[in-house]
Amino acid sequence: MNFLEMFRFAFGGLSTNKTRTSLTTLGIAIGVASVIILIAVGNGSSLAIQKSIDRLGTNTITILGNRGGFGGGRAAAARAVSSQPLTIGDAVSLNDSIKAPDIKQAAPVVSTNVTCSNGANTSTPGTFDGTWPSWFEASNTSIKVGNFFSNDDVTNGHRVAVIGNTTATDLFPGQNPIGQTISCSGVKFTVIGLTNLKGSNGFQDGDSLVVAPITVVQRSITGFSNINSILVQAKSASVQNNAQTEINTIIDARHRIKNVNNRDYRTLNQASLLATSSSNSAVFTTLLGVVAAISLLVGGIGITNIMLVTVIERTREIGIRKAIGAPKRAILSQFIIEATFLSLFGGVIGVLGGFLGSHFTIVGVKPVVVPSSVLLAFGVSVLIGLFFGGYPASRAAALRPIEALRYE
Amino acid sequence: MAVDLVVAVDLVVNTKNLATINSNRNESILPVIEIKDAVKRYGMGDNSIYALAGVNLRIVPGEYVAIMGPSGSGKSTLMNMMGCLDIMTSGSYFLDGIEVSKLDENALAVVRGHKIGFIFQSFNLIPRTNALLNVELPMAYQGIKKEERKSRAIKALEIVGLSDRLSHDPSELSGGQQQRVAVARALATRPALLLADEPTGALDSKSTADLLDLFDQINAAGRTVVLITHENEVANRAKRVVHMRDGKIISDEINEVSIK
Ligand SMILES: Nc1ncnc2c1ncn2[C@@H]1O[C@H](COP(=O)(O)OP(=O)(O)OP(=O)(O)O)[C@@H](O)[C@H]1O
Ligand SMILES: [Mg+2]
Repeated sequence: MNFLEMFRFAFGGLSTNKTRTSLTTLGIAIGVASVIILIAVGNGSSLAIQKSIDRLGTNTITILGNRGGFGGGRAAAARAVSSQPLTIGDAVSLNDSIKAPDIKQAAPVVSTNVTCSNGANTSTPGTFDGTWPSWFEASNTSIKVGNFFSNDDVTNGHRVAVIGNTTATDLFPGQNPIGQTISCSGVKFTVIGLTNLKGSNGFQDGDSLVVAPITVVQRSITGFSNINSILVQAKSASVQNNAQTEINTIIDARHRIKNVNNRDYRTLNQASLLATSSSNSAVFTTLLGVVAAISLLVGGIGITNIMLVTVIERTREIGIRKAIGAPKRAILSQFIIEATFLSLFGGVIGVLGGFLGSHFTIVGVKPVVVPSSVLLAFGVSVLIGLFFGGYPASRAAALRPIEALRYE
Repeated sequence: MAVDLVVAVDLVVNTKNLATINSNRNESILPVIEIKDAVKRYGMGDNSIYALAGVNLRIVPGEYVAIMGPSGSGKSTLMNMMGCLDIMTSGSYFLDGIEVSKLDENALAVVRGHKIGFIFQSFNLIPRTNALLNVELPMAYQGIKKEERKSRAIKALEIVGLSDRLSHDPSELSGGQQQRVAVARALATRPALLLADEPTGALDSKSTADLLDLFDQINAAGRTVVLITHENEVANRAKRVVHMRDGKIISDEINEVSIK
């Protein structure tokens, strides 16, 4: 009995048992596809988190004043008796290459809530900041069209502004905003730049943005009292902790802080934010890995079941084949070729299904296929298929014909 | 009771006489089947059952033997042994002068395929596989080329009167037709020994008659036929009738009806 004949037998077996063939294929395919898709979803969502963190900039530290800052207010002011607000002087003192060698630059920020308009179109930007040009680099903001404002614009109080995409479409639907004028809280600004898309960080639309020279914002809108925050950029992510220490040393001295547990300012460190969220996404990925492992197990049990259900029938068939003179070798190769083909076919369909399924956005996450998960899912399913297809057959082939015929 | 006893004694006497007759008659010829002290025990210790309790049987080429006996007397067990489908607990079995228990797996497969045609009471066709392919199967395992085995399978199915059912699956055939496919499968390999376990058990009288005519022809062509039956009409076609009870042969006689 030659090799070709054995193949013919195996495919004969597959085509005469169509239900079993398709169920087994389906079981393997679903197992493989679900593992690939689940892991891709986990990977996709952790990549998305990573991306939004990267967008924030990984080497920036935000200093918030207790007064006039986000979380400040009277209560905090009352607690810290000698509480001082953040000033432009604080920002200037941080731009000191000797005392603060790990700080690349620091920009003071005044923030306010205003509504801007262009004729009948209005928009309330989520962020309306007055700052220095160094803010753009520190905040990882890039320009799509036009320019940033310059130090000259700050010094001379030019009424210019850089806006984000959301604000631009609100105020200038279908138009080029560059060179146009917007009116914010009655102050007219000429739009000189449009920022690249930042996207949302989950809480805030990064593109609902107006940034203007700090001098203009203070003079025309907020007054020259305090600033709200200082955006500090460390020289690199690795020296961020040093930069943090330098900030504390300099500001503590300027604000005459005696008790470091009772500062009149707070710092928000992107590195710690990053650490938290990446550990969150690691937990998430692990969780999905567990789900995937379970689905692989369930898929495997499904395959096993289909294979085992047919064992009685197959064993009898093997008994008949042996009784009419089939050598053990012929029976084994037939059933192993069958099982191999089923597993490979199901596995390939599953991989295709997995890639196809990963093209769709699933619960808001764009799945990204992990190559090793494809190998894992394919490998495990094929092994299960091979084992449970081949093992009962080889056991049956070892029986005496009469035992196989009577098997139940 | 008295009558039974007389019959029993009569049988014993008969067996003795026939045994001498048989052995005298066959001494010089090499037997196709020679079974010595065959014992088949199922289970262990107190629960053990002797399906065969010391069977001696010698069948020479060209014989037509019917095995009869009550249910559970060990007929199928003996037949399975002869067909190399099962092994005995003790004793020896020579098939064409070769001791079967000394053969390995591969050699056994060759013996089953080439020397023996086995017909089961329950047909045992491969499901969802048409009549032609079922008949071809044993020849495929023997390595016979596709064209030849196909023509031989068609011929065999023609002989059993199923030329018009070649592409029917077993589930699309009547019991009698399935049994005839099984017969065709056993015949197509041209075995020297045809073993049939109650081949007519599931057949009506017409199908039975047809099948028995076929067996007559096969035997007339020089092949050895051994069949198990409960029916006297069937046994009457055989040239020799062996009776079993409780795992033993209780009589072995030339069938006068058939001989004449
Ligand atoms: N696999 C087995 N395990 C245990 N006992 C068995 C087995 N096969 C057969 N037997 C026993 O062996 C004895 C002989 O069985 P066998 O099938 O040879 O009978 P038989 O003469 O063919 O009967 P029937 O006419 O009903 O087919 C019976 O008592 C049966 O119960
Ligand atoms: Mg029986």
